[in-house]
Amino acid sequence: MVTVLARAGLWLAVLFLAVIGVALAADGGFAIHMGIVALAALIALWFTIGGADYSAIARGVLKMPDEGKYDDDPVRWGVIATVFWGMAGFAAGLFIALQLTWPVLDLEPYLNFGRLRPLHTSAVIFAFGGNALIATSFYVVQRTCRARLAFPGLARFVFWGYQLFIVLAATGYLLGVTQSKEYAEPEWYVDWWLTIVWVCYLVVFAGTIIKRSEPHIYVANWFYLAFILTVAMLHVVNNLDVPVSFFGSKSYPLFGGVQGALVQWWYGHNAVGFFLTAGFLAMMYYFVPKQAERPIYSYRLSIIHFWSLIFLYIWAGPHHLHYTALPDWAQTLGMVFSVMLWMPSWGGMINGLMTLNGAWDKVRTDPIIRMMVMALAFYGMSTFEGPLMSVKSVNSLSHYTDWTIGHVHSGALGWNGMITFGAIYYLVPRLWGRQRLYSLRMVNWHFWLATVGIVFYAASMWVAGIMQGLMWREYGPDGYLVNAFADTVAALHPMYALRAFGGLLYLSGAVILVVNVWATILGKLREEAPMRDAAYDPAADKPILATA
Amino acid sequence: MANKRVDEATNTETVGHEWDGIEELNTPLPRWWLWTFYATIVFAIGYVIAYPALPGIHKATAGLLGWSSRGQLDNELASAAADRARTVAALRDMPIEELPRHPELMHAAVAGGAAAFKVNCVQCHGAGAAGSNGFPNLNDDDWLWGGDLKTIEATLTNGVRQPGDAATRMSQMPVFGPSAGGDGLLAPNQIQDVTSFVLSLSGKEKASAASRRGMAVFEANCAVCHGPGGTGGRQFGAPNLSDAIWLYAGTRAAVGAQIANPRHGVMPAWGNRLDPVTIKMLAAYVHSLGGGEEFTAPAAPAQMGMKPEAEATAAR
Repeated sequence: MVTVLARAGLWLAVLFLAVIGVALAADGGFAIHMGIVALAALIALWFTIGGADYSAIARGVLKMPDEGKYDDDPVRWGVIATVFWGMAGFAAGLFIALQLTWPVLDLEPYLNFGRLRPLHTSAVIFAFGGNALIATSFYVVQRTCRARLAFPGLARFVFWGYQLFIVLAATGYLLGVTQSKEYAEPEWYVDWWLTIVWVCYLVVFAGTIIKRSEPHIYVANWFYLAFILTVAMLHVVNNLDVPVSFFGSKSYPLFGGVQGALVQWWYGHNAVGFFLTAGFLAMMYYFVPKQAERPIYSYRLSIIHFWSLIFLYIWAGPHHLHYTALPDWAQTLGMVFSVMLWMPSWGGMINGLMTLNGAWDKVRTDPIIRMMVMALAFYGMSTFEGPLMSVKSVNSLSHYTDWTIGHVHSGALGWNGMITFGAIYYLVPRLWGRQRLYSLRMVNWHFWLATVGIVFYAASMWVAGIMQGLMWREYGPDGYLVNAFADTVAALHPMYALRAFGGLLYLSGAVILVVNVWATILGKLREEAPMRDAAYDPAADKPILATA
Repeated sequence: MANKRVDEATNTETVGHEWDGIEELNTPLPRWWLWTFYATIVFAIGYVIAYPALPGIHKATAGLLGWSSRGQLDNELASAAADRARTVAALRDMPIEELPRHPELMHAAVAGGAAAFKVNCVQCHGAGAAGSNGFPNLNDDDWLWGGDLKTIEATLTNGVRQPGDAATRMSQMPVFGPSAGGDGLLAPNQIQDVTSFVLSLSGKEKASAASRRGMAVFEANCAVCHGPGGTGGRQFGAPNLSDAIWLYAGTRAAVGAQIANPRHGVMPAWGNRLDPVTIKMLAAYVHSLGGGEEFTAPAAPAQMGMKPEAEATAAR
């Protein structure tokens, strides 16, 4: 009873502060945001003091099985949130790709490209990717530690608090509330909220590791822990800023000029390195061996590539600022650390792919394994492309062009997307206690739509980016530049249309995922022919008779 | 490490750990992986020695090659300048009106002007120099301030309606309408009439009672700058109203709005931003687009504040 009172008091205090925030707000965006916070606090208060067993109701609505050996409710919610935000992020991505192709789609002021672009990036990285990471980390850490989640109440707070962060960030972008730092656009109060949520996440995750009943910590958990710790550090340092008013949404960063740029790209690059690489490698290290039913290829490789990856990644950020006001020495170090990062990155790909040794036939028969293998292939490709693009002479061609966009998407769509889809397909039947997925053939369709979509995306952006870079630097025989900027924009148009088509294919694949996950949760099983059957020809099934 | 076993499919020993059914093989590091990793480290060390890399208290190591990004930029700019040096020197010494007599130099000037145009001018005049609403089309032979090489050069150098520049192209059409702050020189019905007359000049509207009434208004108020026939006056940048080319669109609404509350375009004085050779090149390029006029005897410099009769004569 005391804890209920304490919790209710906490939510009441948050509600109270939020209402004061609405009343004294210096700008409309802040007032709307405090309104959302007040609503969230009110809901939390209701659930705290209400008598009903809401977990039981949620289990009924979401058709979740009763609690088993492990605490899986937050994982189930997380899987649903991953699918939901994934659809939102992919749809936003397709829409802004169409806006770039046909600018008439720019809908002022709330749905213009400038506001929707951070909505897309945050939705796919932090909402889709973040929920996938939180959900899978809660699933994996319990099983590989053979321990239930530490602090189950806090784990639920992490899930809902993270959703509130996403809603505040997304609505802020549409309202024009932004600090204009790439991948760190939310303003100061949203940053503070995320810091609280993230520290709680660390407490739940580390607490579960501490109470484990296994002698050793599994490699996936090293990667999850590195991801959680480093993202906490990156987030706090990059968002050191001074609010103009405690009742307004505007703030100014502590670091200015080239120092601010360096801190921003130290953050930005390691968001890729620790959020999108280390975190997703953790997913790979659990779901690939489970789905393949094979041991991890090399324990030694996992140690060496983990520590070399962690040590080298954190220094590579300056390669985003080649040929800028950043001092030459910092650019050099950014480049050489990126080059040295090549093999440590590939260590994860080798360990993932070679885990299939002895089970390579599954690439042919199991579309989920095929998805994971494709994810690892794209991971290997983009972690080769990254060091390549960090080399200064390559970067002088690729920087500021669509090549960068293509590179990011071969990583995001190919690696992060595919490995997440594979994990979701692994998780859903197990989390909901189903015999199998609704349909494996639909997984196969999803695989091909996504793969062809990525090929369209990456290939069109390679052509667009290299063409753009070459056109910008093209000199005529008389020693003068040949192209105006507008000429390059016109030349890109067909590539932009092809890119949008690739995005459409990828989104279509995700729609199939939604149907498949939904039907599996409902407990349906699709009547379908097995994926592959050995051929049998009765006519040929006879001995060759010797003819005399 | 009690549960070590040899995996059958790969014939490799496991480490002996197990988590939720996942085991790990004790495969050694792939040699090619390890040696490639070492190679990237050796490359990194070599690069760090060769290029600026290690920060000190006051400055960083310069690297054995003595390379710097600013130095690279300087070298590239110097080499590009060297390629152009002969052309630039020849253009610098030559008055622009003599340029047509040197076709080779003219060709080089047009190429350089095209490049400079793409950097400085396309933002308003468009990539094809076709202009848009409020920004003159430079491809046609309809000139506001004059279309020979020397006049274009002068317009570029001093800009249009640049405050504080004595030689800038300056003129201001009165606010004829009764709007706030306006001079209220014409009643609304008079503006309607004169709009009809102006549109009838280029045949966009047929002559009517309104246009005939408007003719009187035009002669009293507009002809002083635009000329009695509305053919324009270059002294004031007064557009020719009798052709089908319109700076602010030729619809009835747009023409009426321009009379009632006129807009005035500006252009930077490029003499403050670009060197004289680049301006000559730009003039040559704009002149080459299709509407360039022959250079004629230097026109008498016209000053604002002349008597209206004299202005009207000069404008003709």
